[in-house]
Amino acid sequence: MLSLLRTFWEILQHTFRPRVTVQYPDEKPYLAPRWRGRIILSRDPDGGERCVACYLCAVACPVDCIALQATEDPQGRRYPEFFRINFSRCIFCGLCEDACPTYAIQLTPDFEMAEYKRQNLVYEKEQLLIDGPGKYPDYNFWRVAGVQIGGKNKGESEREDPPTDVHSNLP
Amino acid sequence: MATIYVDNKPYEVKPDQSLLSACLGLGLNLPYFCWHPALGSVGACRQCAVKQFKDENDTGGRLVMACMTPVADKVRIAIEDPETVEFRAGVIEGLMQSHPHDCPVCDEGGECHLQDMTVMTGHIYRRYEYTKRTFHNQYLGPFVNHEMNRCIQCYRCVRYYREYAGGSDLNSFLMRNQVFFGRSQDGVLENEFAGNLVEICPTGVFTDKTLKQHYTRKWDLQMAPSICVHCGLGCNTTAGERYETLRRIVNRYHGDVNGYFLCDRGRFGYEFVNHKERIRQPLLRKNGNQETITAEQAREHLKSLVAAGNKVIGLGSPRASLESNFALRTVVGPDRFFTGVAEADARLASLILEVLRKGPACTPSLTEMEMADAVFVLGEDVTNTAPRMALALRQSVRQAPMEIARKKGIAGWQDDAVREAVQEEKGPLYIATPNSTRLDGIATETFRATPEDIARLGFAVANAIDSVAPRPPNLPADVSNLAARIAQSLQGAKRPLVVSGPGCRSEAVIQAAANVATALAKSNPEVALSFAAPECNTMGLAMMGGAPLEAAFQAVRDGNADTVIVLENDLYRRAGSKQVDELLKNAKHVVALDSLPNSTTELAELVIPAGSFAEADGTFVNNEGRAQRFFQVFVPQDSILGSWRWLAGVGPGDTSNWKNLDDLLNAMAQSVPGFKRVPEAAPEAGFRMAGAKVPREPHRYSGRTAMLANINVSEPKPPEDPDSPLSFTMEGNPNEPPSALIPFFWAPGWNSIQATNKFQSEIAGPLKGGNPGVRLFEKAGGSAPSYFAAAPEGFHPKQGAWLAVPLYHIFGSEELSNWAPAVRELIPQPYVSLNAEEATGLGVVEGQMLQVGVNGSQFQLPLKVAKELPKGVVGLPVGLPDFKEWPMPAWVNLSRAI
Ligand code: SF4
Ligand code: SF4
Ligand code: SF4
Ligand code: SF4
Ligand code: FES
Repeated sequence: MLSLLRTFWEILQHTFRPRVTVQYPDEKPYLAPRWRGRIILSRDPDGGERCVACYLCAVACPVDCIALQATEDPQGRRYPEFFRINFSRCIFCGLCEDACPTYAIQLTPDFEMAEYKRQNLVYEKEQLLIDGPGKYPDYNFWRVAGVQIGGKNKGESEREDPPTDVHSNLP
Repeated sequence: MATIYVDNKPYEVKPDQSLLSACLGLGLNLPYFCWHPALGSVGACRQCAVKQFKDENDTGGRLVMACMTPVADKVRIAIEDPETVEFRAGVIEGLMQSHPHDCPVCDEGGECHLQDMTVMTGHIYRRYEYTKRTFHNQYLGPFVNHEMNRCIQCYRCVRYYREYAGGSDLNSFLMRNQVFFGRSQDGVLENEFAGNLVEICPTGVFTDKTLKQHYTRKWDLQMAPSICVHCGLGCNTTAGERYETLRRIVNRYHGDVNGYFLCDRGRFGYEFVNHKERIRQPLLRKNGNQETITAEQAREHLKSLVAAGNKVIGLGSPRASLESNFALRTVVGPDRFFTGVAEADARLASLILEVLRKGPACTPSLTEMEMADAVFVLGEDVTNTAPRMALALRQSVRQAPMEIARKKGIAGWQDDAVREAVQEEKGPLYIATPNSTRLDGIATETFRATPEDIARLGFAVANAIDSVAPRPPNLPADVSNLAARIAQSLQGAKRPLVVSGPGCRSEAVIQAAANVATALAKSNPEVALSFAAPECNTMGLAMMGGAPLEAAFQAVRDGNADTVIVLENDLYRRAGSKQVDELLKNAKHVVALDSLPNSTTELAELVIPAGSFAEADGTFVNNEGRAQRFFQVFVPQDSILGSWRWLAGVGPGDTSNWKNLDDLLNAMAQSVPGFKRVPEAAPEAGFRMAGAKVPREPHRYSGRTAMLANINVSEPKPPEDPDSPLSFTMEGNPNEPPSALIPFFWAPGWNSIQATNKFQSEIAGPLKGGNPGVRLFEKAGGSAPSYFAAAPEGFHPKQGAWLAVPLYHIFGSEELSNWAPAVRELIPQPYVSLNAEEATGLGVVEGQMLQVGVNGSQFQLPLKVAKELPKGVVGLPVGLPDFKEWPMPAWVNLSRAI
């Protein structure tokens, strides 16, 4: 009996406490930039597609919900021919972002992805690729990596000597 | 056995090896780069440093390179000693200074020995802040990609390419940190074994260019143990698939057969499986056109053809599995089963079989061939007919001079020291072929002649060894002197080897080889006799038996057959088109099972999409009579099925009782003598490891829930495999499966192919539990060896007519690999070869057109001068795509085309 009354009392007290529940969707909560929501693929500072189709996000993903296929442009720049995330499986753990060596794949503070049809939760590259660099404005993998692509020859990446002349024995 | 102490623990190891190989053989993790089990030690990279102690009281010790230090009893070393650990981390830090930071776009990534070793040594943070040296890349042909910035200067590539494979166009240039590995200029790598650079190079400098077209990481491949289908040696391969295309072939170590290496045809020929012209749905001829029908309709149609009281015959194939041939044989009945091979070729195959079964020489494995110390090649251009054998022969010429090193007390694995001691010394290798071969450069002497004269030389050698052996009549003095020299070399050898094959299409050549071996065997039981086999199941089909193609022609002509089932066989590659036309047109019904369209399938009433080696299970018998199982790699969505699966249940034989592969295998073992042991080639379907199947997919296979989500967001159930203990998933027990079932080589910390070490019972020895496959015949002892008596007459050039002999091409003479785009790039155009003198006589120069006439037909072909072709002989290429040749040897007319 006594405990029953105490419960009533406790509940009554809550009536005067500040509210925790937010009136979503009229009221939107603040989400930090590093919040782990809808995944995007970003572009490098020069506007090129950042993803180099290395498959590291796919292998890091604990639920295996990323699938892609690598291909190359005629100048040797690698990119994904297709890139698919099955968001109906994604647990928004962010491991893909951690694994990505190019900052291409990023989680964003957007969680409003609900769909009536589960099939609509399958996103292809067209739905994933955004126009900017996302959270990392500066990094460009191709400037660092010592491979040749269109517009950048051997020896033109960061901290590189000019290519060795195989036909000269001078030091 | 010697006892060594590693980190104070005693281990029993075999002497006569380096400490590195001993440690790796014990399963210990010791990093290395320049050492390779097939190449031995040179101590170039300093990565394998360990500390060696004088005795148990020595606390200081000294750094030594494990790969350069021999195993000796009571040797004490430390791998885990802090100074050593630091030294190794320092070495790798140095090697990584100029690393281009491009693992994400490197095809080696995820199976890179450099990555593995870097992780193993714990070098994780880059301190070097200065500039990196860079290189330009080179175009090296359609097979191998070059990305020189990734090089760590371990020298494995040039050691393999130049010293092991005998290539000359890959070299190291410059000095200091600028050493460059490549060709003097862009160009296709000349060596037929260049593809192995992909596995030899521990970094991503040399990678598989065909894989690059559809790049997939190793961890994403669904893989299965497979057998190469591009010649009859049966090299073991690992085939990997993703998104229903075959992505690549890598070597699967087999201690007796291919060891660590494949040929480029075997490695890069796989893309026929992905060809856009693959037959994917059954076709039925309606109103003159072949129209697509469903699998169900095809099966019903096939059943009705067999059941309707038609006179059905079956034509088997040397490129189809034992299972498929046996299924066809059961459906039509053994006496209505024909081998699908022309009589002349079938006779050669059964002659080889008879010689091998009868003895007295035993047929060696490729590894045993490498150990031969005197070799006589009769009539076979092995580089182009059974390529991997040529690589084995290249090792054999090192055996005799190895004595020099041995006398000086140098161990065989001390590669650099051995080469210093041996210099250019080569063991005896005699090559008798119609045209020059790629092995001539290492040959002691070569002999260019027609098949008859090659056979005569062989008979003469046998006679010189044992005077009881028949002597060929009227032998010229120079040939008889050569025979004496060859005989002397072979007799002086501990492990002499005679190599021949059906390449010359001459029974006399094979008989001659048999006589030489028989003569040698009288005094040396170690003599070995090996025959090349042109197709993946030439031997298996010969063992199964059946009447030749000509008998099938006759049966149709006589009205004894009206329905013909052709199994994976383009008959136009087997016999003259006139006869084949007649067969296919006169038969009421023609059913063709095949994977790719050809002239035979075009004329068939019913075409059934047959699974290639990647889409079916089966067994091939290689040239030494070893039955080896290959396993399905993936399940295609369309109607493609293994031929034996199509034929099972078609009746009237007992095929409907075959629920899975094991049922068929058991039926075959019972009904075909000689195949009793075939089921033992691999564990049966019910085999489980700790209750689980062996997964075809690595445990980090990615994208499972997204790969097919574009089609349906609910993942389909993975396909089941009723025929093997392998599963089409990543679930199962991946731990050390039986050797026949190893889907890929991987061990914790060892993602690259170097993980092979972990699966061997000793380094470069047999796989744990024994190498896979079963030998179906061993040397038959007992019965007194007998000689073939009929030495042929010598060759006499004819006035105005030339003897045409077949010339083979590693890229071009094999049907399936010809479909692979990368191989296609290297296939020569049809040509006719003559020696220079005769070309001048006809007034033609290289490239000019010649009119070639044979059996009333005329062809125009450009001339390719072959310096060494004998007089009175023309060479014609065999098996080139779209080029219809004719049975050879044959007499042809030649004239300058106007
Ligand atoms: S957030 Fe986690 S679950 Fe989602 S795609 Fe990335 S790795 Fe996979
Ligand atoms: S990890 Fe980054 S670069 Fe690599 S495939 Fe994923 S998104 Fe692309
Ligand atoms: S190319 Fe590869 S094998 Fe050759 S030296 Fe460089 S790292 Fe070694
Ligand atoms: S030698 Fe023959 S079996 Fe071996 S890889 Fe080459 S083609 Fe294949
Ligand atoms: S492996 Fe021993 S020095 Fe290279």
